[in-house]
Amino acid sequence: MENNLYLYLLQLGDNALILGQRLCEWTGVAAELEIDLALSNIALDLLGQSNQWYEYAAEIKGENSSPDTLAFFREAHEFRNVQLVELPNGNFADTIIRSVIFDTFHQLLYEELTRSSDARIGSIAARAIKEINYHIRYSRNWTLRLGDGTQESHKKAQNALGRIWDYAFEALTPGPIDRWAFKNGIGPDLDALRPVWLNRMEKLFEQATLEIPAPGFIDRKGKSEGIHTEHLGYILAEMQSLQRTHPGLEW
Amino acid sequence: MHEWPLWEVFIRSKNGLHHKHAGSLHAADAEMAIENARDVYTRRNEGNSIWVVPSIEITASNPKDGDTLFEAAKNKIYRHPTFYQLPDEVNNM
Repeated sequence: MENNLYLYLLQLGDNALILGQRLCEWTGVAAELEIDLALSNIALDLLGQSNQWYEYAAEIKGENSSPDTLAFFREAHEFRNVQLVELPNGNFADTIIRSVIFDTFHQLLYEELTRSSDARIGSIAARAIKEINYHIRYSRNWTLRLGDGTQESHKKAQNALGRIWDYAFEALTPGPIDRWAFKNGIGPDLDALRPVWLNRMEKLFEQATLEIPAPGFIDRKGKSEGIHTEHLGYILAEMQSLQRTHPGLEW
Repeated sequence: MHEWPLWEVFIRSKNGLHHKHAGSLHAADAEMAIENARDVYTRRNEGNSIWVVPSIEITASNPKDGDTLFEAAKNKIYRHPTFYQLPDEVNNM
């Protein structure tokens, strides 16, 4: 069942690549130089992670595929990231809330992946978890600062949580590929991870004096069927344009 | 927007060495200053320990006092250990 492994690796790689690409958009425009660098560092970590997942995926796919062909020559419907990571950066609070939801999931997931029955997945996750442990520290601290900060920052963080929360559950809801991975000892049981993740989110947002809204529409199929928001097309148009215009270009 | 206060950053590159001044940055408080220092000054594996100090807490000598403070020492070359014959076995002096 190589195809399932390939799709599982795409889920991992695409989440990292798309969020990395999003965070890169802060480079040069963040309110403080220090935030600019912090978000760029995190973006580069994520880009590095996606590269490793794609290397493995490209080997399985064969047909002259490479991390570059996977990143730059797939269409939106072929991407297997969750919709959460493609949401626009919005203001800084939107970015932080999106990140803290994702990072909490990411940390739990990669901790489990270090014990994967697939040794290569285990070693990629073991390297990445150190980076992720810093990402979550950064996004958690900023969530607390913004939520429990000034009236204005609280309002923006609360608005962000209200907008983004519906997108949180997709990552923690198993699709067919996640179930296949769990059955084969490759990935964790997301149904078991979800309450742990939810508990961490509830504690954090309570401490940040933010109210978790009642979930609305949460049945999202980015990772399982490649059904995305309208935002992904714009991300890919920008990210892929150079390679599509000059295929194979190096610098 | 309020400006964040300025912090001086000191990085120790290896155990056993001194912390060295690396530069300065803006942060709202000490905890954020440590994180910002990590992001700004240790991206290329420069350190294993960080100190941050509010810049306003640093008292600097006045450049105008240069002569009074430092000039006198310049004429006291005998305070440098240049007149000793070092045995060959002693390295790193």
